[in-house]
Amino acid sequence: MTGMLELKSIDAGYGSFQALFDVSLDVRAGEAVGVIGPNGAGKTTLMRVISGLIRPIRGTIAMEGTDVVATPPHRIVSLGIAHVPENRRLFPRLTVADNLKMGAYMPGARAHYVERLEFVFELFPRLKERLQQMAGTMSGGEQQMCAIGRALMSNPKLLLLDEPSAGLAPVVVQQVFELVKRIRASGLTVLIVEQNVQQVLRVVDRAYLLEAGSIRAAGSAAELAASDTIKQAYLGV
Amino acid sequence: MQSFLGIFDIYLLEAVINGILLGGVLALLALGLNLIFGVIDVTWICYAELVMIGMYGMYYLVQVFHLPYWAAAPLVILLVALLGAALHFLVIAPLLTAPPINQLLATGGVLFILQSFATVAFGIDFRNLGIRLPVLALGEMNFSYARLLSFGAALAGMIGVYLFLTRTFTGTAIRAIAQDRQIMPLMGVDPRRIYLVTSAIGGGLAGLAACLLVLQYDVHPFVGLSFGPITFLICVLGGLGNFIGGFIAAFVFAEIISLGGLFSDLEWGYVLAFAFFIVMMFIRPAGLLSRRS
Repeated sequence: MTGMLELKSIDAGYGSFQALFDVSLDVRAGEAVGVIGPNGAGKTTLMRVISGLIRPIRGTIAMEGTDVVATPPHRIVSLGIAHVPENRRLFPRLTVADNLKMGAYMPGARAHYVERLEFVFELFPRLKERLQQMAGTMSGGEQQMCAIGRALMSNPKLLLLDEPSAGLAPVVVQQVFELVKRIRASGLTVLIVEQNVQQVLRVVDRAYLLEAGSIRAAGSAAELAASDTIKQAYLGV
Repeated sequence: MQSFLGIFDIYLLEAVINGILLGGVLALLALGLNLIFGVIDVTWICYAELVMIGMYGMYYLVQVFHLPYWAAAPLVILLVALLGAALHFLVIAPLLTAPPINQLLATGGVLFILQSFATVAFGIDFRNLGIRLPVLALGEMNFSYARLLSFGAALAGMIGVYLFLTRTFTGTAIRAIAQDRQIMPLMGVDPRRIYLVTSAIGGGLAGLAACLLVLQYDVHPFVGLSFGPITFLICVLGGLGNFIGGFIAAFVFAEIISLGGLFSDLEWGYVLAFAFFIVMMFIRPAGLLSRRS
């Protein structure tokens, strides 16, 4: 396993509000890594800083040795980083087909558009039935599938998932985590941010605990699931 | 009585058809403005003045440089497309995050700059291409070829834009960016490039409209005033940024003008159209196709 994504001493925030303090984190190729923590801990900020939607105040981010901070935001997806944002953020008044097309926008992905579409349909057969439906009219679970499918259209190496279970019915949450397992099995590296600690620790290899903008604990999924602090604060046992 | 009705029907039919022909060109004008508003969220107050510059372009290419009409038209479309891109790059882009009123005032300033420029550069004379297209007689109805050609070309232009927006990656991005600006970089899209392309298309549509309007109207520095306001009203009536609403509103307006002109003077057609607009603003302030809340 070699280092794929490396964050070193990241400070980030919005205007005068600082959301991340000295965050260091790494993801190795083929791994699934979770970032858990309460609401407002800075988990979404962490995702946004990796995909370039906001820039860090200090610190470095490297994707396979390339400086992410120096890369223009719209070129970061070409480095192999695909971000499924919080609340899915589909284009609600575009069809499912057009949403998927947007995922393959960058020139490198357009060339493989048809193959990628096949891959996404294999993973989510439901999307094939809904191709001409407006994305905003689908159920929450279907929208999550579409959002993940859209991210996969760019043929990424690393998939960033921001709260994929948020706002979904419990049954659907189960399905989403099943999907995450299948995506992993297809060889993708996954960095997933979740409040649903119990569920996420079942699908990841390692996890970080983020609280108030700082990494408070790190370790294998089993270690974290066994730790007393996490048990009391997040697992309710 | 019977013969009176017969004649009346022919004129009515002629007016209806002329309304449709006028509607095509108005829809083309409205589409350009709607595209800019829907995608960039900016209103080009100077839109009709871009058309005016395009009409002068046609005049100079055809009358002064003696190019044939069909060769001059693509050049003018390209010229006004470049003008649209330049307008975005020089005036809109620096003001993208400014309050809407500043953007409005800036494009309003461009309106006066273009009008004054045209007055100084081209003079205030009325000019035309000197092309007289024949009239098509269908039974007792007469239709000018200029109008038929304009309608056909406007329709072709709109279909072209529709195909571009629905079939290409760039076109899909243009539709997507209006729905969620912030996440566009996650798709690998550079919003600045999309805005520039959209502005060029908006300009190109103004250029096409210029090529068509110059067949029917003389050009002078203030010619924008005669179709600028009505283009805005059509866009607002259809719901600003709503392409289909704008398309329908253009034909509604054109029919009111044309039928109003049949029963009275042409000017009364305009009065009726604007009165209709004011009434509609009370009934459906968000546009013809707005969803009821």
